Amino acid sequence: MSKPANEPVIDRPPVAAALASSVDAAEIIPQTRIGQFKIRTDVLRAYTMVFALIAIWVFFHYSTDQIFLEPRNFSNLMRQTAVTGVLAVGMLMVIVTGQIDLSVGSVVGLAGGIAAIAQGWLGWGLVPSLAAGIATGIAIGGAQGALTAYVNIPAFIVTLGGLLAWRGVILGLSRGETIPLRLLSFKSIGQGYVGPIVGWVIAAIAVAAITLMTVSRSRARRRHGLGATALGTTLARVLVPVVVVVGFIYMMNSYELAPGIHAGIPNPVIIFLAIALAGAFLTQNTTFGRYLYAIGGNPDAARLSGISIRKHILAVFCIMGALAGVASVIYTARVGSASPDAGQLLELDAIAACVIGGTSLMGGRGTVFGAILGALIMASLDNGMSLKNVEPYMQNIIKGAILVAAVGLDMAGRKRG
Amino acid sequence: MHPDAQAPFLEMHNITKTFPGVRALDGVTFDLHKSEIHALVGENGAGKSTLMKVLGGVYPHPHYGGEIMIDGHEQRFSSVRDAEKAGIAVIYQELSLVKEMSVGENIFLGRAPRKFGIVRWEELYRCAQKSLNDLHLPIDPRTPIRNLGIGQQQLVEIAKALSHEAQILVLDEPTAALTDAEVETLFGILTKLRARGVGMIYISHKLDEVFRISDRITVLRDGRTVGSNLTSDLNEAQVIARMVGREVGDIFPTVDHEQGDVVFEVHNISVEDPVVAGKKLVDSVSFSARRGEVLGIAGLMGAGRSDLLMAIFGAHAGRVSGEIKIEGQRVRITSPGEAIRHGIGFVTEDRKRFGLVLDQTILNNMTLAGLRRISGRFITSIDAEAAAGERAMKDLRVKANSVFTIAGTLSGGNQQKVVLAKWLLTNPRVLFLDEPTRGIDVGAKQEIYAQINKLAKSGLAIVLVSSELPEVLGLSDRVLVLHEGHVTGEFTRESATPENVMACATGHMKQAA
Repeated sequence: MSKPANEPVIDRPPVAAALASSVDAAEIIPQTRIGQFKIRTDVLRAYTMVFALIAIWVFFHYSTDQIFLEPRNFSNLMRQTAVTGVLAVGMLMVIVTGQIDLSVGSVVGLAGGIAAIAQGWLGWGLVPSLAAGIATGIAIGGAQGALTAYVNIPAFIVTLGGLLAWRGVILGLSRGETIPLRLLSFKSIGQGYVGPIVGWVIAAIAVAAITLMTVSRSRARRRHGLGATALGTTLARVLVPVVVVVGFIYMMNSYELAPGIHAGIPNPVIIFLAIALAGAFLTQNTTFGRYLYAIGGNPDAARLSGISIRKHILAVFCIMGALAGVASVIYTARVGSASPDAGQLLELDAIAACVIGGTSLMGGRGTVFGAILGALIMASLDNGMSLKNVEPYMQNIIKGAILVAAVGLDMAGRKRG
Repeated sequence: MHPDAQAPFLEMHNITKTFPGVRALDGVTFDLHKSEIHALVGENGAGKSTLMKVLGGVYPHPHYGGEIMIDGHEQRFSSVRDAEKAGIAVIYQELSLVKEMSVGENIFLGRAPRKFGIVRWEELYRCAQKSLNDLHLPIDPRTPIRNLGIGQQQLVEIAKALSHEAQILVLDEPTAALTDAEVETLFGILTKLRARGVGMIYISHKLDEVFRISDRITVLRDGRTVGSNLTSDLNEAQVIARMVGREVGDIFPTVDHEQGDVVFEVHNISVEDPVVAGKKLVDSVSFSARRGEVLGIAGLMGAGRSDLLMAIFGAHAGRVSGEIKIEGQRVRITSPGEAIRHGIGFVTEDRKRFGLVLDQTILNNMTLAGLRRISGRFITSIDAEAAAGERAMKDLRVKANSVFTIAGTLSGGNQQKVVLAKWLLTNPRVLFLDEPTRGIDVGAKQEIYAQINKLAKSGLAIVLVSSELPEVLGLSDRVLVLHEGHVTGEFTRESATPENVMACATGHMKQAA
């Protein structure tokens, strides 16, 4: 056996040795190669869905004789997105915490039915009826959350039970009848508009907010040593969302209900946007949101860091319940009546929206923005295929295939990254 | 036993393996004879695991450079199965047994004896019994794995590997979770296998074990071989010098901490086993800690040290009784949240499982326990957080590009510093440290030791649990020894000798300071 290696090898100064062994090689940001271009994998993932949505819109627009992106249909599409979108915001928080809620479709049916019963059979006014619907959602969410968090029954089982049971309750309560909405004010929540002027006011506020936030964020990045952002990048970060906002309001306002009468933003879309903003703020800018991601990412570490996992799971199911209540109000108002099978399969749309938007079903990862994109994609597919008169059975097959393919692409991207 | 006598059975020549941006192995040469136990040592990240993954077919043939020869023939493994066929069995740190299946099913996983596709259970259990008998293991092959302790599971892994007719057995940190008695059993089996002609590669951080069991020691550093010698020609200091590339002079700078008042006391803490009714994991333990004092808690695996800390912290699943006083005030702690509010910080063992949210940023991890204090009660402030995080990163010398680096990409030492920072940012009065240097390299260990001394100096009371006796003795002002849930000894720095502490830890002796 060779001996030269026996000499003690002490050839490097200690500091350099310590540095070399401690600086991490894996810190290099993962990149994905596309042809000759390299792009940061996380950025790619975020933009893929945006491009997918644009591609879907362009495809439907040109294959429907340019009806799809006409103001009238676009306005409709947004209204359709609202219900799934509201549910997706709640579902995102549930999934990020590492839970699941399969009952939301049935809760939408039950809460909407109760609101309709309150205003129709009991003769209640608008506000008490709405409150009854939303309170139903919160109560159910609280009950399911408590069973999950304090009795340790897996959420999958609790809410699978809920999926069956709440549907049964509304079938029993309504005796199988469809309950029409008596109050016009109730219907207008789903069918009305806020008017063009309000739309432009909202646009102005949004543009101001986007500019302020982008500037302050790039300042913060510079302060924390992440390097100054190039002027062009900052400009793009302001201009792109501003164009999107102004374009969106313009489209909404240019839909004419009758010649010369401009519609404005549909009420459900306003509600949806408000909830999406609140959801984004709650998840990104509050201790509550941070705790949800920590619980989903590593429950043991979260618990030992002093976070009450049970309270947060309970809270998140209550929020989901409340949002299911809101969604039920929009849904019932839009249809104009509450049928006992309203909302079927909505839970799957909401989960699909989250997953398409990059949420991990293992918990700890996902954003409200992604979930909203996912909801838009799901609604666009529904709307576009209906315009093209695709048979309902075929619509289901295509939606199912696209869901699986979207996640498959994401996983493939992850492996390469 | 005489590696020089003939050509080696396994030869790995000039092995290189690169990952994007890093050369993990840089021309490593390694060989193994039949009937030899060859220890492979090195700091974390030196390339030991990567080398074994190349050998085990985890990184298949064209994805590494160099060549692997077994018995004079070049091997090109394209999968783990190929390597297994060539007689190589790797037993990884994380055991790969299926917990819900029986011992026998695990031994024959994926290759159960069958007839017309139907498993022949009698045959399977008969063969399994034979493999277990071969190793003199008193285990019933029908026992489910989950009923076995970690030590026995390890032995089942070895039985499984040998039933593959393995000629080369790789053991990656096999004793990390074993009790002393189980280590003895394992070593007995390894010695027997050596006599039978099996070659073994033994990876371990525990140098005393390496010197006891191995015939030859190869040291890896930064992906290169820095020496390969007969164990009898080496001593521990030489091996450590090769591992770190420098002499480890004064690894424990002895600091006499200036001690203040008692800030923390517990009386008669008892913890019941949440699974086994009536069994006490901790039985009437009392101790106190002064401002600026490091109190070491020594004891063997299963002595109840972690249970004691978890119980005080309000995080134990079992029933806890006893009294806790902080600055003389009696407090009731029923959840980690309350413990934190009362000024207790707890650097838990197993940072990946209990300490970190691995796919979040350093900053999010650092501020997790003290978020409301640092960032705001409800609305968070990224500026306030980043300022606190950057200060902690600088103080603790965490090596990373920025506070926004993902915690999971850091080395063990840097991850441990992030966990430490998390607890310092809760502004604690008492800090529990449970195995704070487990699985991190020597350089990072020294930094953690220096931090512990610095924190004590700043007036923190520190309770340190460690399985490494030199660490407890080197850092503590006072040492408490636990044995099976009882206090069996208490020593001052002067009276705490390794022999004394060990005698109490094994239950041979009882002594008070």
